[in-house]
Parts: sequence; C-alpha cells; structure tokens
Amino acid sequence: MKRGLVCAGAALAVGLSGAVEAKTLRWAPQGDAATMDPHSHNAGPTTDLTAQIYEALLQRDPQLKILPQLATEFQSTSPTTWRFKLRPGVKFHNGAAFNADDVVFSVERAMADSSQYKTFTNSVVRAVKIDDLTVDIVTDKPNPLIPAQFTEVRIMDKEWSEANNATKPQNFNAREETFTVRNANGTGPYVLGSRQPDVRTVLTRNADWWGWKDLPRSNVTEVVVTPIANAATRLAALLSGEIDATPNVPVQDVERLRRSQGVKLLQTNEVRVIFLGFDMGRSELLYSDVKGKNPFADLNVRRAVAYAVDVEAIRTRVMRGLSVNTWQMISPGVAQFDASLDAIRPKANIAEAKRYMTAAGYPNGFSVTMDCPNNRYINDEQICQAVVGMLAQIGIRVTLNAMPLATYFPKIGNRDTSFFLLGWGVPTYDAHYSLQLLLQTTDGTANGQWNYTGYSSARFDALVNRMTTELDTRARDAMVKEALQIAQNDLPYIPLHHQVLVWGLRQPVDMPITPNNQPRFQWATVR
Amino acid sequence: MLAFVVRRLFGAIIVMLSVSAISFTLFNFVGDPVNSMVGQDATMEQRQFIRTQLGLDDPAPLQFVRFVGRAVQGDFGMSYRLGMPVERLIAERLPATLELVFVAAMIALVVAVPLGVYTGLYRHSPLSKVFLTLSLVGVSLPTFLIGILLILIFAVWLGWLPAFGRGQVVKVGWWSTGFLTPQGRAALILPAVTLALFQLTLIMRLIRAEMMEVLRTDYIKFARARGLSNRAVNFGHALKNTLVPVITITGLQIGSLVAFAIVTETVFQWPGMGFLFLQAIQFVDIPVMAAYLVLVAFVFVAINLVVDLLYYAVDPRLRIERSTGAGK
Repeated sequence: MKRGLVCAGAALAVGLSGAVEAKTLRWAPQGDAATMDPHSHNAGPTTDLTAQIYEALLQRDPQLKILPQLATEFQSTSPTTWRFKLRPGVKFHNGAAFNADDVVFSVERAMADSSQYKTFTNSVVRAVKIDDLTVDIVTDKPNPLIPAQFTEVRIMDKEWSEANNATKPQNFNAREETFTVRNANGTGPYVLGSRQPDVRTVLTRNADWWGWKDLPRSNVTEVVVTPIANAATRLAALLSGEIDATPNVPVQDVERLRRSQGVKLLQTNEVRVIFLGFDMGRSELLYSDVKGKNPFADLNVRRAVAYAVDVEAIRTRVMRGLSVNTWQMISPGVAQFDASLDAIRPKANIAEAKRYMTAAGYPNGFSVTMDCPNNRYINDEQICQAVVGMLAQIGIRVTLNAMPLATYFPKIGNRDTSFFLLGWGVPTYDAHYSLQLLLQTTDGTANGQWNYTGYSSARFDALVNRMTTELDTRARDAMVKEALQIAQNDLPYIPLHHQVLVWGLRQPVDMPITPNNQPRFQWATVR
Repeated sequence: MLAFVVRRLFGAIIVMLSVSAISFTLFNFVGDPVNSMVGQDATMEQRQFIRTQLGLDDPAPLQFVRFVGRAVQGDFGMSYRLGMPVERLIAERLPATLELVFVAAMIALVVAVPLGVYTGLYRHSPLSKVFLTLSLVGVSLPTFLIGILLILIFAVWLGWLPAFGRGQVVKVGWWSTGFLTPQGRAALILPAVTLALFQLTLIMRLIRAEMMEVLRTDYIKFARARGLSNRAVNFGHALKNTLVPVITITGLQIGSLVAFAIVTETVFQWPGMGFLFLQAIQFVDIPVMAAYLVLVAFVFVAINLVVDLLYYAVDPRLRIERSTGAGK
C-alpha cells in the first residue's frame, strides 16, 4: 500500500523530469541531523543531510579530491585573494537564480557569531562581488587552504533567507524556532520533501539540477532517511529489507553480515586516528601514586608505554581486523598522509618496555588513572581495557575511568586527566588542522586548543606557524612531514590506529563509500 | 470532597517542584551540552558565547527558578539538540507513547485475566504449569532482549512485521495516530507485546493468587452449596471480587509502562517520549530532560489522584469515617 503510494509519487516525479525510472533509496544512519540549516551545526549527521540539498563553491569526490561545484573555476589572483567564477544558469529549489550576491551573503552568514562553520572562514576578511558570476574571497594572510575550506561553506539564497528572517544561523537564545531548522532551499541534487526530526526525512530529486547530465546512471528519485539508533535494530531492518543501506555497521556484526544473503558491505579507511595521550606538562600527575614528579614527563616512560601497547593485538582482537595500525597523527585521506611514517611503528616488545621503565627509575611501575570515552569511537572502552591489561605487564597499574562523551569531553577539556584516549577526524583534510589543534603549545587561541598533554616544542610551533602561509605545496608537505616526525620522537601521544568505516547495502543498491562517511545519493544507483 | 481534591492538587505541585529541583541539581553531573552543540574545532570564545547565551554559567538554583518561571507560562525553552520549542517537541512525541502504552495495557489485561483465572482454577493441570513457566520467562528476561528476540523472529526470519518505527501515521488534528493504517497497526504489534509482557505476567500471577484466595472463602462454598453453575461461581462471584486489587495495580502500573517505554522505544526506534528522553540524556539536552521529568511526575501524581478518588467513591467505609470525622 505504502509502496504503491511511493511509486505513484515517484512516477509523477519522473513524468515531470521525463527520463529517469523512479527508484527509492531507504537510508538509515545511526543519528539524525540536528537542523537543516547549513551554517548552524557542524557535525557529521547534520552535514550528511544538508550536503544533499545545499551546495558549496567546490566539492569533494568519493576519493576526497576537490572538484568544481557551484564555482566552475578558481584561482589565486594575489597572495590574499582567491577568485571564483560561478556556474551560470543554476537555480535554487524555489526557482530563484543563483548569483554572486548569494555567495557573498552565504560567506558572511557562515562568518556570523552563531555559525559553527566559522572554522572554514576564519581567515576570510570579506567576500567581494566582482560581477554577477565572479566573487573574490579576500583573506588576512596568504591561505593555501581556501579551496579545501570552501568545500564546506554551503550557499543559500539571499532573498529567501531574508524573506524568512533567517539571515543568521540558529540563535540558541531565541524563543522561536529558526525557519531554516526545518526548511531548506539549496541548489543541490535533492529537495527537502518532508521532515520529522528523529523519525523520517524525505528527499526528492531536483530534476533541474545542473549535474545530472554528467551522471547518466544515477536513478534515485527519492531518498527516505530513517535514523535507527539501536545497532541491532538497524541491522535487523537491513536484513529484513526494510532499509536499503546504512553507514553504521558495528565491527562485531561485520562477519555475520558477510555471510548474509542479499547484503553487501563496503569498506574504507575513515579520516580518523585513535591515540593515547599523556599529561606530560604538569610537575605532578593529578591521578597517580607518584608524588613530587610526573613519570609521563620522562620520555623513557612514554617510550615504555609505546612498546608495551600491542596495537596488532588490538587490531585483531578488539577491532576484529577493522583498523589500520598507525604511528602518526594523521590518517589516509589527509592530503599529506605518507604511509611510510606508519611502517616504522615499533613492534610491541615487553622486554624493551621494561628496560625503558628501569631507565626512567620505575622498575616496579606506578599507578595512574586513565580516562576513556565509552560511546564516541568504535569500541573505545574495549580498546582502553586492552591497554590496561598490556600496561599491567610492565608494572603500570591503570585504573580505568570510562564515561559517556557528554561527561568525558568537558573533563579532559579542563585538562582534568593524566592519561586518556582520543580520536581525531580532519574536516579540512589538511594536516595543519591536526598539528595546530592537538600539538601546538596551548596559548588561548586555536593553537593547542585540544592539546591536553602540556606538550610544548618551540621548533614544532615555529614549523606549524610557517605552514599557514606557505603557498608552495611541496615545501609545505615537507614541513608537515618534519612536524609529524618531531611528534613521533617526542611522543606526547601514542598513535594506535586509523578507524575503518563499514557500510551495509542491500544487493540492488550501488553507491560509493566515502572516507568522511558522507552519502552522496546523486552517485547512487538502484537496480 | 472538593477540599480533598484541592489538598491533593497542592501536594501534586509540591511533588513536581521537588522533582524538577532535584533534576536540576543532577543536571550538573550529566555533562556539558555545549560540547555536543559545537564542532570539535570551536574556539573557547565560541563555547563561552553559547554557554553565556544559554545561561549555563548561572548557579543551579537560579537556572531552576528561571525554568519554573517560564514553565508556569507554558514555555519549557528550546531543545538544544533540535532547536525546536520543547512543548511542541513533546506534543509531537506524546501520541506515539500513549498509543503504545494503551495497546500494551490492553494486551496485558486481555491475555492476563483468562490465564490468571485458568491457572487459579486448575492449579495442577499441565497447561497451568506451562503458563507459569512461560510467565517466569516473561518476568525474568530484560525488555531489550525480548524486543531484539521478537525482531529477529518476526522481522528478520519470518518477515511478517516491521522491525522499527511507527509505520504510516495519520494526523487527526495535532494527534498523529498509527491506528488508521495497516502499516501503523502492524508496527504497533512488536513493541506493544514487548512492553506488555512484564505487566501481563504480573497481572496474571496476581489474579491467580487472588483467585486461589477467594475460592477458599465461605461465600464461594455457600454459592456452590446453593448449586450455582461453575461458570456463575467462578466468574460471577470469585473473579469479580479479585478485580478490585487488580484494577488498582493495573492503574498504577500504567505509570511504570510509560517509564518502561524508554527501553522498548529505543529498541524499536519508536518516536515517543522515552526515546526523546534517552537521546536528550546523551546530548545533555537539559530543557527536554527537565520537561520530560516534570511531565512524568505529573502523570504519576495524576494517576495516584484518580486512584485515590476511586477509592473514595468505591469504598463506603472511607466516606463514613470522613463524614463522622467532620461531625466531631
């Protein structure tokens, strides 16, 4: 009955577009988007939906390569100016024409106080309309990352936003719901059909989208997004054919799904590295039986931990083979990723670890409390439990303090920790983001904002600062490599692994998996 | 009578105030909502900006007073997670939970009464032993496990019923109902059975115990001596007298059905209030948590009030004592 209605609706859509056979794709992520506003909430589940409706000047393909989207070409015309030529003839879903005014408006909107996309516009001074289809982006310093950052600044219609009193992203102090929370008007391949938060969002094909002519095989005319929070229920729905695809398959169910009829799995490396961090900056640890000094301030102890933690055992036992061991702080997908820096990871060696403990003056070990999230990363608490067991072998008695992310992040954010596990994704796909936030000396700016270790190296800081204005790619890549090697030698963090993403699809569905976990329904086909 | 109701309502307000006061002190321990609201690269200033906007830096008592001040005007604030007014969010989710609880209560009663009577009458029959053993399973298995088992059998293996969601719902005014479409009714079955199972076994065992008690009394023996049919004795006299405690318990259990619904709704992705609450906890969505707790407190208080009033109406002794008390 419902199927019949859906088909009828889709048939109507086909009648209008005239070409494509009607196909519905039922997509079930773990959580729902918080809002339909493209500049309000910078988190995966939200962007996954808004990116279907709104487009940016540039986009990334499934391999994360930068491609034109609403801009057809772009170039740096002076050290602090990037010029974008806009795609002609593009229309918003409400029929309004897209032009330079919309770009200037959207860039300014993304720079607003209540925007969470400021991180992508933090170097922008202003956007200038040159003519109807040309815009200049002026930055405060030379910024080689503008093209990468402008894949995330999505473009809204100026007139529509003004008419609906939504010229600023959501204001949390407001008593009224912002219009853009449940309404959308982009230029993208899909139109927001209906939306019930947490329950069901329907996207319908925008027959007038400029990109369809390059995607002749795409045939998804309707996407029904139904979030399912419980992993077992989500998989049951996939197995029973109630959903067509899910981007969140738990690692423990991968084997079972592999053996199931009618379901196929896609796998790729996620842009996320999981690592251990030490409080090496304090003169005495907050949570330890060692008084008057900080054992983690001693490089020998950090090396001992590196030798004692057997990442291969974590990979095979805890992660069921679905992780990639690493020895660096960036992941595949980040522009400067160099696999050779992973290859030099030392093998686990308890004897060697014990030697370092003795050299540091802790032949009998010490005790410390480890903070660990239990609902943030794949099998995060189990990884920590494994680490506790491994460190016991060299006498480090670890008390595990596992907690939900809602309490974990404020705790470590206050540097109220001695030893912790953290994961790190890179939305800019550029190493500078990780190096700056995780490893630079904390100074109240973005530098070292997530550096809870107290690590501070003048050489490292200078290197990362020089990166921000270096426009020559090769010279910049060499700086990144050097910075990563400094971190490998100083070991404020012990990199464990890169996470692996697994998507589950019903047999008739074909769509590319992306390392940022973002579905791109315009590239999907349903047989 | 009126004085009694007014006194109880006054008590109810105090209960709801204390519930919200206690929850506000607890909110200090559930974590920091700002962290869920911003991206990982938000600066300290951005975090502080939101914190100040939301008044999270104010001491808990002040936040509480502000909450109560707005709540009495019907304003429960905006959800941090979804950016919608909380009262509208709850109005959207309430029908889902109430329909689920209603169907579960019906299933529990309709199945439990005959089973309870049967096992009470034929204590030693093999069938009674089967029912009792099964009911033990119902009491001891946790709800989420029962839910997952039912999904595995009826959704994955047999493919008869949907594994999640409400199916197709129809709007009747602001109320969204699943009763009017075949998919909506099919989607109700598994979660309702899951939710009903515990209540069902509880009521069945209660009726059985009461039946055995009543069947030993003199008036049953007298009825049998008068030569009344078994049917008239068992149902007309025995069962009727067991129903008073059963109705009381069932009424009170409706409150816990709403509470148990949190687990069931999560397993079945049922878009009700329990699921909303659970997601609010994970996100530290304080306005939603506060409104939900106050609402649940209200449901319990209201049910208790109704039960008290029923006693007052049903039990003549209560009325007599009160009127003589007033005469003194």
